[in-house]
Amino acid sequence: MSLDRRDFLKLGAAGIVVGVFPGCATSAGEIVRKSGQRVVIVGGGFGGATAAKYIRMWGDEKIEVVLVERNTQFISCPMSNTVLGGSRTIDDLTHNYDTLKKKYGVKLVHGEVTAIDPQKQTVMLANGYLSYDRLIVAPGVDFMFDQIEGLSAKVAGESIPHAWKAGAQTVLLKKQLEAMPDGGVFAISIPKAPYRCPPGPYERACQVAFYLKNSKPKSKVLILDANPDVTSKKGLFTAAWKELYPGMVEYRPNAAVMKVDVAGKIAKTEFEDVKADVLNIIPPMKAGMVANMAGLVGAESRWCAVNFLSYESKLQKNIHVIGDSVLAALPKSGHMATSHAKICAAAIVELMQGRQPDANPSLANTCYSMVSNNEAMHVAHVYRFNTEKQEMVAAEGGGVSAARSETEGLVANYWLKNILADVLL
Amino acid sequence: MNKLRFQTFSIAFITGLSLSSAPAHAAVDKHSRNLAASCAACHGTDGHSVAGTPVLAGMDKKLFVSQMKDFKSGARTATVMNNHAKGYSDEEFEKMAEFFAAQKR
Repeated sequence: MSLDRRDFLKLGAAGIVVGVFPGCATSAGEIVRKSGQRVVIVGGGFGGATAAKYIRMWGDEKIEVVLVERNTQFISCPMSNTVLGGSRTIDDLTHNYDTLKKKYGVKLVHGEVTAIDPQKQTVMLANGYLSYDRLIVAPGVDFMFDQIEGLSAKVAGESIPHAWKAGAQTVLLKKQLEAMPDGGVFAISIPKAPYRCPPGPYERACQVAFYLKNSKPKSKVLILDANPDVTSKKGLFTAAWKELYPGMVEYRPNAAVMKVDVAGKIAKTEFEDVKADVLNIIPPMKAGMVANMAGLVGAESRWCAVNFLSYESKLQKNIHVIGDSVLAALPKSGHMATSHAKICAAAIVELMQGRQPDANPSLANTCYSMVSNNEAMHVAHVYRFNTEKQEMVAAEGGGVSAARSETEGLVANYWLKNILADVLL
Repeated sequence: MNKLRFQTFSIAFITGLSLSSAPAHAAVDKHSRNLAASCAACHGTDGHSVAGTPVLAGMDKKLFVSQMKDFKSGARTATVMNNHAKGYSDEEFEKMAEFFAAQKR
């Protein structure tokens, strides 16, 4: 539900019909009447929701913000691997947009964007359009199912989940693990970098191993990695597999899955056919679909090039891109998306008042991986704008935990609560 | 105690009147605010931690700076703070400290 009663009455009086009310006659007009300088944000994940809140906050509530999101609930992808391990449920990670609406005055429109016109500065939805002065595109990633023969969005939704966006597929994968016989094989396929959440697949292997160790100890976890080596926290993950799950986790580098036999649950790499009881194929990724609608994706890339002082697209004026879709030598993480969002929000507030953005932005990224129900480790870096390179470059001193620990497991949970509050509350 | 509280209140009241609708952020330089925004993922929006980690809002400026310097030098060890502190200059610690000290606890 996107509007409270008061908003609805206001809109009703203006003769505007909003698509969240099924059965209402649709009009091809402006979905929410523009009331001044306006930013439209497409995508209400970590990046988009943060941008919405911070533009309202830092713009002293003078800039109108319309957030377009197809889902009515916000499900945190960070920590969703723990649903597989059993220490959380998907409900624990499910939140809503109420506070963004009520406390910050963000206008929410739940719907699917069908087109973007960068010249007319409009975003089209099924039931009308939204005009903008500036647009933020925060669509996360989309999956390149066509890179793996036999795989499709339908197959992923029904039998071979990627579960790389938290929600229904996370629950499906959990159910498949619960139905797996003791002595079965869980195989996870990792795409070539860059992909969303570099340590995520290795964390998932730990969480699945944690569940299996306690419930089905004769089972195996097989990691088929398209990359030549573990892409994040290598020493820490390798130690966790060896020490916490001895004999259970097997890692195979340079093992890109090219084809799947859906009915037989067989993953085919260049070298072998792997038969699994539960198959978890994470397909290669690209910028979210909405980025393609606005011509934001470069010809030679799957991602969107931006100016790192404002996150304005290098290809389209007045359109900004934040989060996983950005072309950058930065990890694609939820925390990173919120940092993009804040730099972008600050810049938009300045630009809309005729001033220049902060010329020296920096951001911090912390990423925890839960390797059991209570132990975690981190990777943390500060990134700073490099004037010469015109991009964000890692500052000195970043790095990973010396070892996994229960203390970090606790801190990881504090991190989740605080970042969710920073995004949504 | 009561007197002190009353004075604080009066100052806040007068300041409030004179600035009328000016937001809390206006008092602090925007670059400092932007720097400090990086801390929010673990320490809450404007330093208002909602779980576990220290509340930075309203923290004494000197304490903030000395702790960051200790994390940077390694005099104090922590989980992630040593990694983060090394990425910033002492001047940036001062700017962040200024921002957090200006936030109501």
